Order: sequence, then C-alpha cells, then structure tokens
Amino acid sequence: MKIKVIINNQNMELDVAYDEFLADTLRRYGFLSVKKGCDTGSCGLCTVWVDDKPVLSCATLSVRINGKKITTIEGVQKEAKEFAEYLVNEGAEQCGFCSPGFIMTVLAMKRELQNPTVEEITHYLTGNLCRCTGYMGQLRAVKKYLGVV
Amino acid sequence: MYRVYGAAKGCQKILGGSVKMRVINKGIPKIDGIDIATGKAVYTDDLSSNNALVIKILRSPHAFARIKSINTERAQEVPGVECILTYKDVPGVRFTLAGQSYPEPSPYDRLILDEYVRYVGDEVAIIAAVDEKTALKALKLVEVEYEVFEPVLDFEEAEGHPSIVHPEDDIHLNMDIGMNREKNIASSYKLEIGDVDSELAESDIIVEKTYYTQAQAHAMMETYRAFSYLDHNGRLTIVSSTQIPFHVRGIVARALQIPQSKVRVIKPRIGGGFGGKQTASVEIFPALVTLKTGKPAKIIYDRKETFSSTTSRHAMRITVKLGADKEGNIKAIDMQALSDTGAYGEHAPTVFSVAGHKTLPLYNKAQAVRYMGNVVYTNKMPAGALRGYGVTQGTFALESAINELAAELNMDPVVIREKNIIKEGETNPILEGSKDGNPAALESCALESCIKKGKELIRWHEKYPRKVISDTKVRGVGMAITMQGSGIGGIDTASAVIKLNNDGFYTLLLGSTDMGTGSDTILAQIAAEVLDTTMDRIIVHAADTDISPYDTGSYASSTAYVTGNAVIKAAEDMRKKIVGSGAKLLGLSEKDVEFDGEFIKNINGKQKLSLNELAQRLISGEGKNQLIGMGTFGGETSPPPFVAGFAEVEVDKETGKIDLINYVAVVDCGTVINPNLARIQAEGGLVQGIGLAMYEDVQYSERGKMNSNTFMQYKIPCRKDIGKITVSFESSYEPTGPFGAKSIGEVVINTPAPAIANAVYNAVGVNVRKLPITPEKVLKGIMELISE
Repeated sequence: MKIKVIINNQNMELDVAYDEFLADTLRRYGFLSVKKGCDTGSCGLCTVWVDDKPVLSCATLSVRINGKKITTIEGVQKEAKEFAEYLVNEGAEQCGFCSPGFIMTVLAMKRELQNPTVEEITHYLTGNLCRCTGYMGQLRAVKKYLGVV
Repeated sequence: MYRVYGAAKGCQKILGGSVKMRVINKGIPKIDGIDIATGKAVYTDDLSSNNALVIKILRSPHAFARIKSINTERAQEVPGVECILTYKDVPGVRFTLAGQSYPEPSPYDRLILDEYVRYVGDEVAIIAAVDEKTALKALKLVEVEYEVFEPVLDFEEAEGHPSIVHPEDDIHLNMDIGMNREKNIASSYKLEIGDVDSELAESDIIVEKTYYTQAQAHAMMETYRAFSYLDHNGRLTIVSSTQIPFHVRGIVARALQIPQSKVRVIKPRIGGGFGGKQTASVEIFPALVTLKTGKPAKIIYDRKETFSSTTSRHAMRITVKLGADKEGNIKAIDMQALSDTGAYGEHAPTVFSVAGHKTLPLYNKAQAVRYMGNVVYTNKMPAGALRGYGVTQGTFALESAINELAAELNMDPVVIREKNIIKEGETNPILEGSKDGNPAALESCALESCIKKGKELIRWHEKYPRKVISDTKVRGVGMAITMQGSGIGGIDTASAVIKLNNDGFYTLLLGSTDMGTGSDTILAQIAAEVLDTTMDRIIVHAADTDISPYDTGSYASSTAYVTGNAVIKAAEDMRKKIVGSGAKLLGLSEKDVEFDGEFIKNINGKQKLSLNELAQRLISGEGKNQLIGMGTFGGETSPPPFVAGFAEVEVDKETGKIDLINYVAVVDCGTVINPNLARIQAEGGLVQGIGLAMYEDVQYSERGKMNSNTFMQYKIPCRKDIGKITVSFESSYEPTGPFGAKSIGEVVINTPAPAIANAVYNAVGVNVRKLPITPEKVLKGIMELISE
C-alpha cells in the first residue's frame, strides 16, 4: 500500500507491505544508515525520529507512520558530525554499527533534557546497546558535548 | 630525520628516551571514525545488490538425527524460488570453518550440508529466492523425515556416551590432535613440566576446586552476513563481514572443491567480530548458490541464528589443584580441564591448549605444573574463537583458585601474587618461543607495577577485604591478573605493501581486518612515523584477497604486533627506495642524502628534491620506477601483555544482588601506540568480561534447544550494569614489538570474572565457581553459610 511521509524534510510516497517494519522500508528506500541488531526491540540500533521523537524503527509498522515526519541520521548530518567529533576524539567510535542509532538518541536527548545529570544521561541512553566500547568513552563524549561536568 | 625503530632493529627504549615520537603514542582519531559514526553506507549489507537472491536456511529441530528423507518438490513450486539445496547437492569433502593457517589443527569434520544433523539449528537445506518472504514460504514447505537419536547434551557425560556425535569415518585430521571419535573426544592434550604429583605430595597446603565457564556469545552488533556474485571473469566474489578474508578464500575453495584462484574475498567495514568472524559461518551458503545459479546471492543471519547457529566460547570445566608452603610460595599447579566444542571441532584443540599455555607462565616460581584434559563433542551449537580464546576460561579457574589459596592461608591476594608472579627477564618453558631445554625469556613485563598501580587506584588498603555499608549491604574488593599473547609464534604472518603515489602520498595495503578496533589507524600511524609524514598522506586499503598482501587475519591479538612489524619493514623498505631514487635524480651518492619526510636532500640541504616531485618524476617516462615498499613479518615468540584487574562490588545479603561499583584495570601492552584507542579497547573488553562474569547465561532446553537466543533472554551489559571503570597503562617495552608495542585486544577480557568472584567472596564469604555470578547463586551461598 502507499503511504505519504516526510523523510528528512522531503515529501515522499512509499509503497510498503502491510506487515513491513519501518527499518526495512527505510533501508529499501536507500536510508542505509538505519541498522538492525536484534529483532526484539532490545538494542536501539534502528533508532530514528518519528515526529522528532526517537523510536525503534524495527518495531514500528511502516503503515503506522502514514502522514508523519521521519528523520534519519542522513537528515541531521551537520549536528551528527558535531557530536561524532567528540565521540571520535575519545576513540569511542569502534565498529560504528550502533552509532547512527546511538547518535540519533543523543541528539534527541539534547533537545529533550535540560542540563541532565550523569544518571539522567545514562538512563536516557540505556536502550542503546554497544558491544565494543564498554560505554565509558561514549559517556565521556556525551558529557563533553553537552558541557556536563 | 630517519630514526631508529623498535622491532626489527632491536633498539633500546624510545619513549622517555631522547628520540621523540611524532605520531606513535598519540591519541589520533580513527581514520574511519567520522564516516562510520554518521551512518555512511560502508558495511556488507549496505553494499549488496538489490537483485541478489535472498538465502534462508532450514534448520534442524532435533539435537541429533539423521535425515531419512527430504522432499523439496512443493517448496520448489513456490513462484520466485530459485534453488533449494540439500545434502545430496553438496561436495562430500569435509572441512573446518575455523579460520586458521593451513594446516589447521581444527578437525575437518563438517560438510556444507550433512545427512546427519548434530544440534538444534544445524543446517538442513539452503533456500534461495527472489526475496525473503518467498524464501521463508518455501522453507516451510520442505518436508523432512528424521530418524531421531538420543543427543549428547551434558558435556560431562559426553565421553563414552552411547551416542556418537560423529559416526562418520571420513573425518580428516591435518595432525594428531588426540581425537577419539568413538568416545566423542575431539581432542586431548597434556602438558607437564616437572613432577606435579610429588610436588603436591610435599606441599604444606593443598587447595583443589572445580570451576565452570559458560558458552559466552560474541553478540557483536552486526550479525553474520555475506553476499556473492560472479565477476566479469566468471570468478566467485564474496563480500563478507569477516576477520579472515584469506582463510575464507581457502575454506570456501575447499568446501566447494574449486581452486582458490577462482575465489575473491572482499572485507568492507565490520560491525564487530570478537573472534566470531574468525570462523566462516555463512560465506559458503551464498557462494554455493551463486555457483549453482550464476546469480548474486546474499545471506543475513538474524539475531536468533547468530546466537544459536554459529559459534560461541567453549564452555569449560577446570579443576585446579594448587600446592603451596605455609608462606604462600606456590610449589605446584595442576589443571585438569574438560572443554565442550559442541557439534563440530572449530578451534577445539587450540582453545584448549591455550587455556593452560597462557595462564601457567604467570606463576613461574612453581616447581611443577600440569595442564591436561579432553575436548568433547556434544549435540549443541559448536564452539569457536571468542576474545580470550581459552585464556579467559583458564584465567577464571586459576585466578579463582589462587584467591582461594590466599584465603586458606589468610593472606592478602595481592601479596600471594607479589610472591609468585613472573618478572621481566625471567624464563619459563611454557612461553611461546621455548625450545626443549631452552625456555623462552620474558623480554617485557610490567605486571608488578600494574598490580601496584591498581591497588592504589582502587584504594585496596582502605577497602580490603570488606566494608559494611548497612545492615544488609556489604562491599568487598577482589583482584586477578592475566596475560595473553601477541599473535601466534611461528605461525602468524603478515605482509604490508606501501606504494608511493604520483602526488607524493602513500597507499598502505594491508590484509588485516579492522573490526572496529582501530587497527587501520594504528598501522597508518606506524607507517607515518617511519616515513616522517602525516596521517593524511597515508591511505589505508584493507582487505581484498585479489589486492591485499597476505595476512593471516585479525585474531589471536596479532594485528598491532604482527602486521605492525610488517608495516615497519615495508615503510623502511620504502624509505630506502626513496633515498636511493632521490640520490640518483640529484646525481648524488646515497650516503650523501637524507630524507626528512618532505625532501630528499644532501647534508647541507642545498640540493634537494621534494617527495612530490620525486614521485611525479618516478612514474613518468623519465623515472619509469614507481616505488613499492614491502615487508613480511612473522614472530618466533608471542610477547604477552598483562593486566591486573581489581573489582569492588556491593552485595545485598538479603537478596544476593550484586552491584559492580568500581572496576580498575592496569594494562601493560608495551608501548601504547594510540592511547585513546587502547583505552576503548580495554574498557570494551572489560565490559565484555563483566558480562561473562555477571550476566551472560546460556540456557538450553532439556531437548537441546538453546533458549537464550535473543537479547531478551541473553543479557549483555547495558550502561547501567557496569559501575565505574578506570583504565590505566603501565608500559613495559617489548624489544620485538613495533615501537615496543604488544597486543591489547584480548587480554583485557580475562580479569573481571575471577576478580568479581573474589570481591563477592571478600564481601560475603561465598565462592561462586560457576559463571555467571548471579544473585541466585550468591544468595544460595549465603543461605548455606547461615545454615552451617
């Protein structure tokens, strides 16, 4: 079936199957930053924004986003790069496979939380798994990016 | 100016000496960091063709069975199905999926598809269709009749079990690995130095305990995947998320019975490996489909397949018997081990032997040591390589036993280490590079300083053994030490090629596989240091078996050390050629010119030629001599890195709940080539070790189905599970290492399990000897103590 959406500020009409998940639709339409890591909504790799809120695109049926606004990391490259610099300067960018989803969550957090504490940061990001870095370097990067002492 | 570099030249310490490094020991950002962070399409599936056939695998529902009949007719009729392959359609030549140098010690005990299925999830049929839905629809229509056998599920009952996991008589062994197939023994091994039994008999104190480690999952974020196609010359090209492109080429060629010259393997960016991608779990399936159909094909494992149909860490049982005198001097160590390799023997003999070889040298004051036992086949998912590769298992057992010995002696666990550990310059006959009667010397070791520093960082003197926090909560501290290797001595080799391009920049061609570790970056740093240039002038290419120089691959903690040394040689070769060609164009003698990275010039600097100009003239009709530097390295030894790990836990005595409060690890990886990347390697390895220690539980059903096959059931640590982690470096200088470096990738995973177990003991007096250390086990132990 056809759905109308705005992806990264572009109006698009997508042809989707009734049982297709957003992560698969987005990859099919070339938004290859969107990664899948688990099939059970546990890892956070597939995080994109729907109407500016982070959601798990692997657990969102594509038909349900009809008329909505989707943002992937391709649509916020400038901001993503700004944070990625902090991440890479820590060396906290390892295999990179979890990064697009992680960065989308970090950028959403920046919009949502005012002067978060370390506990609030950890809580907000806890749904984004990473097997490489051990999280500490990511936290150092986030703290520097947000100016949290 | 041309400097003296570590390794090949055996020079003295550079860092802290008079020669200052420009690029080495600097926290240079990863060269691919920004691109992979911001979502560029650089991983295997991002590059695959939309026209590729999609492959799904029909898997065995039984732990052990024989296929009596298999009917694919109805499945074939589904529109869009391209091919369905069963055991009748594959070559009958056995092979191993283990990525090891030929001749592989792993037994050739599998076929692409076999009449026998040996675990729940074993492959029964390969279905290729135009899309995933069609493939899945066809998969359900394949009719299989099984003759079901009693499976071997408990590895402690495998030896001599009435069921024989490998009843076939055509297993091929490249060497004697002590296999006794009819008894389900894949491999057996014995190492003994001195007379263990008599040393034990003469010891004042004996501690004997049995420890279990579980079949940990790699849980890399990018699941297994590969795609394949025939190129314009009809050659099979495989793009795979692999740590071992050259081994994949060999494995696929053998499995499909085609020449290696007909296979090309390309590795793009890899979304994590941890040793899992040192086994060629998926590449053969698309390769076979492409050969059969002539069409591109791809396979992507979902998370359940990744958990339950690939490989895991070898689960092991190790009984450690220690003999010591009353002062805590260790006289004898006896380790009796049993390892579960599951249905197939990938890495079975080597993981097993390493568990002894890279633990026992730590305590070289012991007069006699022994490590022996069997690796058994069972009807469970095969085990394979996983970061630590047996050392993790051996370290949990040996370090826990040492801690229990310290407790028995009423001695601080730090003190018992200080008395017994190996020191720099000492020898040990088990260290790699030892020859009969000529034990290898430990050239670099800062383990003592690691322990000292770790004690300070965790504030051991204030916290040991415990602090009572409240009526119900107690904090305890514990510690452990470990070593690993740097590549496989006498086996691992790597080559590196450096090309001088016509605008005066270099291409560094590598066959190693940066799986996120940053190895491409640190290898470029090494080249930049030798060539006196900057990082932006080194382009790294890795890996493509048609283009890259040979490299055994990134495993066994080899890349910084083995490939790093090859890069030094290649860069030195390039320097020589630059000087030689520059001198010629300047009309001077080689000895009268020097190269500063920018210019080739004579001593007073009056006659000079820029590198750019040199490069330009060399590729032109005038020079006709493009410069290519080349180096190959293979170590005779495997210099061990060391870690001292310290844990602080808080235990709730009413519930057994354990919170990890602090973890301190002090690492000796020799010269730290890139402090930022090394720190993340350490932190990541520690957290994976914390997962092994506390959270990652592998559960099978009574009939042998793995139940812990999603992140819902198999818990890897999240941000809230790990407390505060502190990493510090105490660098020794490894004379055979590139700029004094040793490995770091694996050693960092080993200490958390024994250190956390020790901390729990120091907090509440409970020794958990079976990983993971869960609240249930701790509470059970507390209740037993109360009832005693």
